Amino acid sequence: MSSTAEHGHSHGGGDAHAHGHDDHGHHEQGWFLKYFWSTDHKIIGMQYLFTGMFMALIGGFAVYVFRMQLAFPGMPVPGWGRVTASDYNSLVTTHGSVMIFWVAMPVLIAALGNYLIPLMVGCDDMVFPRINRLSYQIFLISVIVLIVSFLVQGGAFGGAWTAYPPLSAKSAYNLTPLGSTLWVAAVALEFVAFLLGGINFVTTLMNSRAPGMKMFDVPMVVWMIIIASVLFMASVGPLVAGAVMLMFDQQIGTGFFDPAKGGDPILWQHLFWFFGHPEVYVVLLPAMGITAEVITVHGRKKLFAYKTVLYTAIATGIISFFVWAHHQFVAGIDPRMANIFTVTTLIISIPVAEMVFVYIATLYGASIRLTTPMLWALSFIGEFLMGGVTGIFLGASGADIYFHDTYFVLAHFHYTFFPIAFIGTFAALTHWFPKMYGRMMNEAWGKVHFWFTIVGFNFIFIPLFLLGARGDHRRIYDPTHFPELMRAGMQDMRVIATISLLVLLAAQVVFLVNFFYSIFWGPKASKNPWEANTLEWVAPSPPPHGNFPEGLPNVYRGPYEYAHPDRKEDYWPQNVPPPEGAAS
Amino acid sequence: MISRYLESASSFSGDIDDLVLWITLITGFWFLLAQGIFIGLVLKFNQRPGVRAKYVSGEDPKEKRWVAWPHYATLIFDVIILVAAIRVWTNVKIEQPPLDETVRVVAQQWAWTFIHPGPDGKLDTADDIRTVDELHVEKGKTYGFELTSRDVLHSFSVPVFRLKQDVIPGRIIKGWFKPTMLGQFDIQCTEICGIGHALMPGRILVEDHDAHESWMKALVPVAAAGGTPAPTTGGTK
Repeated sequence: MSSTAEHGHSHGGGDAHAHGHDDHGHHEQGWFLKYFWSTDHKIIGMQYLFTGMFMALIGGFAVYVFRMQLAFPGMPVPGWGRVTASDYNSLVTTHGSVMIFWVAMPVLIAALGNYLIPLMVGCDDMVFPRINRLSYQIFLISVIVLIVSFLVQGGAFGGAWTAYPPLSAKSAYNLTPLGSTLWVAAVALEFVAFLLGGINFVTTLMNSRAPGMKMFDVPMVVWMIIIASVLFMASVGPLVAGAVMLMFDQQIGTGFFDPAKGGDPILWQHLFWFFGHPEVYVVLLPAMGITAEVITVHGRKKLFAYKTVLYTAIATGIISFFVWAHHQFVAGIDPRMANIFTVTTLIISIPVAEMVFVYIATLYGASIRLTTPMLWALSFIGEFLMGGVTGIFLGASGADIYFHDTYFVLAHFHYTFFPIAFIGTFAALTHWFPKMYGRMMNEAWGKVHFWFTIVGFNFIFIPLFLLGARGDHRRIYDPTHFPELMRAGMQDMRVIATISLLVLLAAQVVFLVNFFYSIFWGPKASKNPWEANTLEWVAPSPPPHGNFPEGLPNVYRGPYEYAHPDRKEDYWPQNVPPPEGAAS
Repeated sequence: MISRYLESASSFSGDIDDLVLWITLITGFWFLLAQGIFIGLVLKFNQRPGVRAKYVSGEDPKEKRWVAWPHYATLIFDVIILVAAIRVWTNVKIEQPPLDETVRVVAQQWAWTFIHPGPDGKLDTADDIRTVDELHVEKGKTYGFELTSRDVLHSFSVPVFRLKQDVIPGRIIKGWFKPTMLGQFDIQCTEICGIGHALMPGRILVEDHDAHESWMKALVPVAAAGGTPAPTTGGTK
């Protein structure tokens, strides 16, 4: 595979770098080759980012339609019409699978991983650029397959993003003979794409660090994306196998999950959640890494206990392989198993809580600049805390009997996933925007976007916590058939949640306008507008093909030397040589 | 806490409510404390002209205490919650008190069928009573249940009992409950089961001894006169 490396990654010795980029061959490429057939990690990152943003529009539209149905059951929804039960199931399934597999994963892992890893470890590109291009191309095929699944006869799959068989396995049950198979195929293709990406990420960190960069000099966001990639690669195998088995059950009549043929529907749940729970940390860790970068840069503060953060991230990753059955407490597994998984689930709260403590401790003694990215990063900590503590209710098996499959679960994981997938992403995009496009975003509109998003978000999900505590359960397209779900006040809370969602969605227009306007017309950004230490800020904004036209940087210190007493400026970039005569 | 919103109507529903209350108090206290410290730090250390950030590596054991102590607190309170949760779980899902009667619950797209043992209190006899979407039980009796599904996954949930158990085709899943309050309550399917998932409401009617007896008396002669015993498990699978 090493023959795919096109750019001569000669990181063996520091002296090779001064001229290492002349042989890049900057011949003029056509528009198509430059933006659609590129092997440049930054372009591939952008491809993932824009595809993820497009998919977020689909996921956002789906939630708009089904939340309108919940708040105003039976009324035609503007832009959709009357929502039937089968529409509702398809929309819920689409929202869940799109937001996790086609928004959170491509943006947090693929887009940011691709864009940041080579820049932050100080090399010119990924180790396997063509594999990288192939990764995006397979991802794009998965997007197309998914979109086709909306349009085929029978409509989109409606068996929830968890796709539990036998419902997902037989068209007689789910009534979407093609939609369900295309959905599984799209998910499996998407996993192949990220496997290829993960191989690249890990190899690049191992082999292509800038001269002088030791393992503990690697910025936390890079570590987090790498750990997440390893988790993904280690957990996804069983689910890819499961997806193929499910496709066989659907289309050629095998019975892996069909009890009438000797199969077992619970097997799918194990395969799904063995992947599905590490997956939570696959997206959490990059968001944690982004937060570490942003709070240190904008707080002008050294990260508290770098190694502790790293070790807790690794511990979280390892423990995440032993908690999956907490999704299945009441699924019909041996009830004694639940005790074991309650223990592991509460254990995983410890490293995750410790990471949050470290971030809070980092703020002590900081000099916080409340920029837009900093607001996002701080709100990530605050909102994620809420997601974390409410998880305890669900990890505690005895309480989960009541909360399982209620809106409490839904609100809990949105308090984790929304901060991860959106707050984390907004922190990253606003922070790295000057590097990506060489221009600044508008701060005032950025703050408008921030406040409307945060307020909207909390007023969606606090009512849903309260509904969940009252027993409202998930995936019901019309609660009016259940007297206990229509008690006083419950419908009002559904309406509040839906109105807050409209506020949240409207706020995203502000972001999109600010983002795309600033790409073309924002004020020019300098190389290092935030006065940050890490290597991507050494490159020009935006970095050219090959990243570092002045030669790869040498690294002399860790990434978080802010407010160091030996230095006049309050930041000390990783590539700045120590002063003459000083011990480094 | 939950009982403020929803009746607590089974022998174990109070235990689950208490567990939820304790978890709320414990996590609520630490959540508010952590948020308070967090917001306090953000406000206190907002940048001021001429003031530089402190240089704290966090590697010194003295500094590490800032995260080590909360870390131990998390551990201790995790253990407390763990013990409480497992006790409740064991009581509800693992151990089973002596049963007075057993009912069979058959789920399908999109209806519940209940097979009540009838006056003799035994399943698979001629006086079994079969009902659709309506389960009659007697207050104070301990019932076992046997859940089966004819097609896809369903979940047998009686929110006022704090009872929930998935129903799996190809398996018989057993459990128990003991109603402690008279009234009519929801039975909800809480596992997505296709387009009719929202159209699977059942009702559980908890009756006193006399009402329950007269309900049985009104139905059993009908079945006996027809000469066809009510369907038993063989017919439902």
